[in-house]
Amino acid sequence: MAEEKPEKPSTVDFAREITSKLGGETITYCYQCGTCASSCPVAKTTDRYNPRQILRLALLGQRGEVLTEDAIWLCASCYNCQERCPQKVEIADVIYALRNIAISEGNIPAIYTEFATGLMSEGRIVPISKFLEKKRADYGLPPLKPTGIEALKKILSATGFDKIMFKKGESQ
Amino acid sequence: MTSYALFLGCTIPARQPQYELSARKALTKLGIELIDLENMTCCAPPPLQSIDLETSLAVAAYNICLAEEADLNMITLCTGCFESLAMANRLLKEKPELKERVNKILANAGKEFKGNKEVRHYLQVLMNDVGINSIKQNIIKPLNNLKVAAFSGCHLLRPSALLRFDDPERPRIFDTLIEALGAKSIWYKNKLRCCGGLLRGYADDVALAIARDKIVNAHNASADCISTLCPFCFLTLDLGQVLIKTTYKEEYNMPIIHYAELLSLSLGVEPKELALDFHKVKIDKVMEKIG
Repeated sequence: MAEEKPEKPSTVDFAREITSKLGGETITYCYQCGTCASSCPVAKTTDRYNPRQILRLALLGQRGEVLTEDAIWLCASCYNCQERCPQKVEIADVIYALRNIAISEGNIPAIYTEFATGLMSEGRIVPISKFLEKKRADYGLPPLKPTGIEALKKILSATGFDKIMFKKGESQ
Repeated sequence: MTSYALFLGCTIPARQPQYELSARKALTKLGIELIDLENMTCCAPPPLQSIDLETSLAVAAYNICLAEEADLNMITLCTGCFESLAMANRLLKEKPELKERVNKILANAGKEFKGNKEVRHYLQVLMNDVGINSIKQNIIKPLNNLKVAAFSGCHLLRPSALLRFDDPERPRIFDTLIEALGAKSIWYKNKLRCCGGLLRGYADDVALAIARDKIVNAHNASADCISTLCPFCFLTLDLGQVLIKTTYKEEYNMPIIHYAELLSLSLGVEPKELALDFHKVKIDKVMEKIG
């Protein structure tokens, strides 16, 4: 009669998933000393972000919480934590690995769609306005060389970047 | 004359002609030839690394391939571009399996990363190719002990294991280059701390609070200006002061000046050639002081 219990995901599954990703390899070295949090300019400014806590939650297998809540997007990529970590956890890179997983599952903050759109249409994440083109010429700056947009498109399609960003058939 | 492939990036040509003009003029005066190559793209900075690290490495490597094909080392102005490209260059040179993985991707675009060129920030070029003595000899207008709060930005220094630019906790190169111009590089609180710039667009309130700290700390140390290397730090601190005024009702009028601008001015480039009207916070105070 005993109802079959849904299988509880093991805490190590998420850690394995992270260590298999580029950037995530070192997460399991963390021994929770908190040097990262005390070196972090964002953690000093807001309680919405604490790198030590993110690593702990991830290593406890709290996949949903880590990937869907706002904390992983609040890293400023300043690398202060990574520089000082006594365990050589590449913390800023671990955050990239977590963001990469979140984005591959469709959890994409709007600003990232904007960057990706710029990249895919012009090869630049900041487009150049007509005003600036004229200013450049007025000041005697050389005209900008064309970007390698065709080669770039081939690279983005080889890694699946275009599909990651624009999953549901949204054409760009 | 030493020649480099100039990696201009996105933000400088799109937003900050004062940076591009001053860097081109100063480096050329000091005997560095800058070569503009075709077909470069975005460097794949943190926002793209956040989307997909593998793609970012491939895009950075693609750009390095263009310099390899031209048989030139690469010079960057933007600290963000320096980080993306120098990091990729080092990683791919040191990890053959990663290089192989990236080269499989690059083959689709007809490229192969060989790993036989260097990516340098222009401060390294000033320090190593030009040299402090030669810079000093070329100074026409010394900066009159201008009190400069040096702010290199994070990605010149960190991650130091890959960038190997300077000591990440006690860097000296940027300060030495400021003092070579006859200015004083002053101490201020949390000098090496981030400007918060990369949080703009996602958490503007947090980004602005971090930027405000930087401005306040430079102000409390009586800096005449903050000197930057990264166009993103510049934007965060210069435009940031307009936002600080509306959000915090505080006005600091702290001029933010790219090092290349200070260098050009001290080398005798006329201010009218430098597009100085692209500063939101006017730099008149600084211009008066340096005379």
